[in-house]
Amino acid sequence: MNKIANRQVICDTLMHLAKDNQDIIVLASDSRGSAAMGPFAEKYPNQFVEMGIAEQNLVGVAAGLAHSGKKPFITSPACFLSMRSIEQIKVDVAYSGTNVKLVGISGGVSYGALGMSHHSLQDIAVTRAIPGLAVMLPADRHETKKMTEALVHYDGGVYMRIGRNPVEDVYESDDYDFQIGKAVRLHEGTDATIIACGETVKVGLDACALLAQRGIRTRLVNMHTIKPLDTEEIIKAAKETGFIVTLEEHSIYGGLGAAVAETTSQHCPVPLKILGIPDEPPIAGKTAEVFNHYGISAGNVATIIEEGLRKEG
Amino acid sequence: MMDIIDLKKKAAEIRIRLFQMIHNAKAGHTGGSLSNTDILTVLYYHTMRHNPQEPKWVERDRFIASKGHSVESLWCILADLGYFPKSELETFSQFGTRLIGHPNNKVPGIEMNTGALGHGLPISVGMALAGKRDHKDYRVFCLMGDGEQAEGSIWEAAMSASHYKLDNLVGIIDRNSLQISGNTENVMGLDPLDKKWEAFGWHVVSIDGNDIVSLMETFNSIPYTEGKPTLIIANTVKGKGVSFAENAIGWHHRVPSDEELALAIKELTEQIESLVSKEGQPHE
Ligand SMILES: Cc1ncc(C[n+]2csc(CCOP(=O)(O)OP(=O)(O)O)c2C)c(N)n1
Ligand SMILES: [Mg+2]
Repeated sequence: MNKIANRQVICDTLMHLAKDNQDIIVLASDSRGSAAMGPFAEKYPNQFVEMGIAEQNLVGVAAGLAHSGKKPFITSPACFLSMRSIEQIKVDVAYSGTNVKLVGISGGVSYGALGMSHHSLQDIAVTRAIPGLAVMLPADRHETKKMTEALVHYDGGVYMRIGRNPVEDVYESDDYDFQIGKAVRLHEGTDATIIACGETVKVGLDACALLAQRGIRTRLVNMHTIKPLDTEEIIKAAKETGFIVTLEEHSIYGGLGAAVAETTSQHCPVPLKILGIPDEPPIAGKTAEVFNHYGISAGNVATIIEEGLRKEG
Repeated sequence: MMDIIDLKKKAAEIRIRLFQMIHNAKAGHTGGSLSNTDILTVLYYHTMRHNPQEPKWVERDRFIASKGHSVESLWCILADLGYFPKSELETFSQFGTRLIGHPNNKVPGIEMNTGALGHGLPISVGMALAGKRDHKDYRVFCLMGDGEQAEGSIWEAAMSASHYKLDNLVGIIDRNSLQISGNTENVMGLDPLDKKWEAFGWHVVSIDGNDIVSLMETFNSIPYTEGKPTLIIANTVKGKGVSFAENAIGWHHRVPSDEELALAIKELTEQIESLVSKEGQPHE
């Protein structure tokens, strides 16, 4: 059972890289504790900026820093960063083309019973509609490390969303090829495809195992970059397996499922099931409880695929 | 109406209940709920005109918890007053509950959903403005955090409140000098906070926000200046009433252990007993 949260990995990785790269600057909005950035702030006080509880100013200031040659990494709760500051993201980061990395922490429903004000379930929809902004969700701690390293070398605005608690590993180690915009196939299969992102990749992996026991060979695609989207991999999944289920910790509107549907419907229409949080204020509960309540579980995904294949004959 | 000793006892009882609730749920914003307990106790049991049997009564005074994370004291008070059954407090933060970790207006007694900081004052300005336009005499009380003062939306609202001469609006700052990352003056300096609000056209009073008598007298004097909104800087202690939680940064959202719960109940019970033994003596 993995005990290392993705936020911890981001801090460790940036601490490692900041030593030789003085342009890396971490910004927080009274969020350094939740972001596990305390050690960074202690070790690199000159490369840390506290903005207080002021998320709009946070993004504006980061854009100004980037314009002056810095590499700002903002770490702030995904719910506030992607909503309160969205105009700064659209105009000051994406439109002006500043090199700001927006790390949304405690994303999705990780804040549990704190309610809809604290959930970020529309962030993929809104950020991916902004030209010039990349959108990414790592699946586990290994991918978080690879992605963070890649972001340091990527020139441009990025919104990266992670959850709050440690997630089970889906990769055995960080010894694999990670490329922004290139999906990773984590399970091979030709009967159906699960396309997932972020913490739901693990759910997909468990579903593949369940289905394998029932003789169904399911492909699992980890779509860690929602934008730029790996449309080639989606089209292959549609052509080669003929049935797709998408999984995400996001509203069923406008997220990964929508992105996949936009691609398949225009290039090679196949039956598609979008699993996520329905269009309602989510029920109060811990992540696992909320996921189960809405059918984001290995068992339910397996059932959907089994029934979908039966219908197709 | 409750007298001073009753109010002090009530505040201590609410503190015990919220500590139990957070312990039971293994989640909650302990420090900020303890720091604002006295403010809420005086508002709900002394100052505000409201009726638990008729939560939507049009003439009621409105309360908006802009620092929505400190909802535990509010849930305990609303249950105690009969807005919903006390037994429901057991469901706080549990799967499927409506008593979540922020105000939820599916629950009687809650006006608006808050939790994202910096929303309460703009909403309160709207309610106060409607009251003026409709010639109603209800008042709007908005409780904010001091760390929350960094949000720009508060200052946009502050400007509009004095522009529209909303003397039916009362802003209260729970000035406990702490936010999550530490002392407010180190995280994002606020002082001189009183001068800032005065410059925005508000009548500012600074009081001991954990003192029941000061709170009663201050609320009784509103509005201080006709045509001006009132801003009360309630100087408080975060974690107030529980020795080990007082002024301790970690208690912003720490959950008490079994031992800490027992100790807190012991301390607060002693506070209640000392008040009872003072009863019969002249009030201070
Ligand atoms: C817009 C927004 N940003 C960040 C948060 C996360 N948050 C919750 S409480 C808190 C600290 C609040 O400090 P303060 O206003 O001083 O409240 P208190 O000390 O009374 O708890 C923060 C940053 C939030 N709820 N809303
Ligand atoms: Mg405070």
